[in-house]
Amino acid sequence: MKLLVSLLLTLCVSLAWAGEAASPKLDIGKGGQCVEDTQWMRKNHMHLLKHGRDDALRLGIRDEKHSLKTCIECHASTKDDSVTARADSFCVGCHKYEAVKLDCFECHSGTRKSAWLQQRNAK
Amino acid sequence: MSDMDMDRRNFLKTSVGAAAVAIAPGMMLYSVAQAKSEGASSKVRWGMLIDTNQCKPGCNDCVTACNRENGLSGETKSTDSQWIRKIDIKDISTGREISLPMMCQHCENPPCVDVCPTNASMKRADGIVLVDKHRCIGCRYCMMACPYKARSFVHEPQTGQNPDVPRGKGTVESCTLCVHRIDVGGKPACSEACPNKAIVFGDLNDENSEIAQKVRSVASVQVRADLRLNPGVRYQGI
Repeated sequence: MKLLVSLLLTLCVSLAWAGEAASPKLDIGKGGQCVEDTQWMRKNHMHLLKHGRDDALRLGIRDEKHSLKTCIECHASTKDDSVTARADSFCVGCHKYEAVKLDCFECHSGTRKSAWLQQRNAK
Repeated sequence: MSDMDMDRRNFLKTSVGAAAVAIAPGMMLYSVAQAKSEGASSKVRWGMLIDTNQCKPGCNDCVTACNRENGLSGETKSTDSQWIRKIDIKDISTGREISLPMMCQHCENPPCVDVCPTNASMKRADGIVLVDKHRCIGCRYCMMACPYKARSFVHEPQTGQNPDVPRGKGTVESCTLCVHRIDVGGKPACSEACPNKAIVFGDLNDENSEIAQKVRSVASVQVRADLRLNPGVRYQGI
């Protein structure tokens, strides 16, 4: 009986925690729905990116609507023009929360092109 | 497919055909250049013609422009990426000295593509030779295979890349012919930067283009033509 109670208790506590646990607060930049429904994008953005990268690089078919660059143009923070710079940045915030490794930005820039140009021209 | 779709398709087919007949061959270039969403076309063969008579020794503008465009450090240590180099050569028997830029020659039969074990080194339909860094494992076979020493390996983690030019540690890279500019109708940074217009860029397959007219009328050679790689970059005056 004791065991059962303690089991129930742990379950309840963990459920309560799960309920309370806030989803990550992201700096979504411009935000809102842009190319697809938000929920759909949460689930499928990686497929768009993975398919699109092969088409763009190998075949030269550049789908501006679904490109990584366009994601960044819209979703980079309005403060630092980046989707990766801070813990609550658009890409990093969610990937940290979900513990999914994000390796796009080992090669790709996470900054808006306009911001990059500004930085380069300042040099 | 519904009847309506078929009708629409036929209508489009006929109108495109009619338009093709109606407009002069010169206008067709425009429609090719506009077909960006269709991707790289094998009807196009991008190339460059470099006039070494116009290339000044000591001038480094093409190299600087390339570094700036592609986010390279500009250092020339053995571990630094160099996509384009200025080379000074001298004919010992005559004493004639010339200077020229050397970069990926965008071969029709690229040895770097032949040796790549992961198919990362690839040639686009329009003749641009690229590295698919999503696939590159950094084995550097292509660097060994390239007779022009055109490729570099990225040794250090990269930050602050041009959003149009991804570069990352552990992959091989080389001149992309500024593919990101070409795909939006531009031309390579080196060609744009040359103060003497020594680098002519264009479509070798388009007989009305400046480059095609020039290669038809002046003597030009491919470097190491004996290898039969048919590079897209040609040189004048060497």
